[in-house]
Amino acid sequence: MQIKSIFAKKKKYAAIPTEKAKQEIPEGLVEKCHNCSKIFYEKEWKNNLHVCPACGAHHKMTAQQRINSIIDEHTFEEWDADIETNNPLDFPEYEQKLKKDQEKTGLKDAVVTGKAKVNGLPTALVVMDPHFRMASMGAVVGEKITRALEKAREQELPIIFFTASGGARMQEGMISLMQMGKTSMAVERFNRAGGCMIVVMTNPTTGGVTASFASIGDYHFAEPGALIGFAGRRIIEQTIREKLPDTFQTAEFQLEHGQIDRVVKRSDLKKLLTTILDLHRPKGDK
Amino acid sequence: MKYVLDFEKPIFELREKINELKTMTAASEVDLSSEIKTLEARLEKLEKDIYGHLNPWDRVQIARHPERPTALDYIEHLFTDFIELHGDRLYRDDPAIITGIAKYKDEPVTIVGQQRGKNTKENLYRNFASPHPEGYRKALRQMKLAEKFNRPIISFIDTKGAHPGKGAEERGQGEAIARNLREMSHLSVPSISIVIGEGGSGGALGIGLSDHIHMLENSTYSVISPEGAASILWKDATKAKEAALSLKITSHDLRRLNIIDEIIPEPRGGAHRDLPMQAAYLDVYIEKSLNYLMKLSSDQLMNNRWEKYKNIGSF
Repeated sequence: MQIKSIFAKKKKYAAIPTEKAKQEIPEGLVEKCHNCSKIFYEKEWKNNLHVCPACGAHHKMTAQQRINSIIDEHTFEEWDADIETNNPLDFPEYEQKLKKDQEKTGLKDAVVTGKAKVNGLPTALVVMDPHFRMASMGAVVGEKITRALEKAREQELPIIFFTASGGARMQEGMISLMQMGKTSMAVERFNRAGGCMIVVMTNPTTGGVTASFASIGDYHFAEPGALIGFAGRRIIEQTIREKLPDTFQTAEFQLEHGQIDRVVKRSDLKKLLTTILDLHRPKGDK
Repeated sequence: MKYVLDFEKPIFELREKINELKTMTAASEVDLSSEIKTLEARLEKLEKDIYGHLNPWDRVQIARHPERPTALDYIEHLFTDFIELHGDRLYRDDPAIITGIAKYKDEPVTIVGQQRGKNTKENLYRNFASPHPEGYRKALRQMKLAEKFNRPIISFIDTKGAHPGKGAEERGQGEAIARNLREMSHLSVPSISIVIGEGGSGGALGIGLSDHIHMLENSTYSVISPEGAASILWKDATKAKEAALSLKITSHDLRRLNIIDEIIPEPRGGAHRDLPMQAAYLDVYIEKSLNYLMKLSSDQLMNNRWEKYKNIGSF
């Protein structure tokens, strides 16, 4: 008998939980900051509007969380909640992907529209939810945004957009692309009627959404650190054969290059929006 | 011919063989005319067979054919007194987009088009027809002039997409396209856009939000390149052929989906086979569109445009 065998074999490598195991940590208990890796209780996140209490990184919000963070309680009236795509191109695997995201988010598609009050001031709202297909724009997103702009125009309401999007939705092909035209046209109809359109760009606002309604409002704000741009970083790096700095296409980059009006912390948003809505109150309205 | 596409190879091989036989007949006393006749009949059938059954990926190849006519080729054939006008008055002139004024059948028109090069040197100058923000801003400047002087706008779409680059992002590529869409949506003059090669996503639409959208039969119009879609969806760019089918990017698909108005036929084998004939086909459709649109008032144009785009969607 060798003496070595008395001792239990020491494992050479430390056990690291697999991706799958990581995901099995029950949701809704703690959240880890993607920026500083610190872990906080879910409650702390919620109380801090999903902004990391340690480093200030702005995390994604669901449409519901976003709406609740802005409006006066119980004032939201949702529009067109039930419109759903019918996979017009018969695109492979699209229906399964949609179903998965519908179950995950409880939404039919990637945008929630409606009207509400913000500190007593009425406004229309368009809120994109990046948890649903990266809030890419297909026919449903385009249609709901178009209808929201039309309703806001008819009801003489201002409109606030919270944009987040990976761009046009591939699985609806050219129908998606044409939503850029359709929504931009609706913006101009709203604009010509004198409506006030406020855009808050959140992480990420890219591609066909940046190149349509998101860039043609009256006031453009963005949350700190949000990725905002047209082309994807990887494609740009491949094209110019150059590594881009981390600050490329951030909200701060867009501010510096004159593309947005202000970078606004989430905690300051409600106040800012209230002030803007107040400044655009119809004359004679007290 | 320099560039032979894969699916055309049998045609070219057979044609070469026929040419060989012809040379032999001419050079010697042997009479091969009956063989030549048989082969020519076979060639005719083969051409009909191959060009009559093009799949989407074949059409992508034709749309990208290096000899495919460009906007300037058509301008030369279709218009008179063309004066190219440069610059966005803000930053620089973007050679990827050409703009200008000309006469079409004696009437003034504004022309906007993405311009490919015919060789490497030209393509580097034209940035492979991928515009920067200043290209879109130049186009918009010309479209607003068209509105001021009440002349119709004809756009030639031919780009893989807006340029993905550092300067383009810094100068607001997204904003430039978005502004064009917003402004084009309410122009008081008629506009036609014609996809003559590749219509690549927002970069194509940025000059193409028109009253009528036509496509050359073998051109493509897509939200993303087939290669891009394949690499995102299936992590495999070689599945581009499948993606080209799924994305529905051909003129026939897009006519069925009611995205475009008319399919403009091409000479057999593609536009590059017979530029004068292709220009003549284009002429027919441009004239037809203008005849229709010029009769409408500004309000009618805008109302029709709203109806057209508002109704794109399926749910």
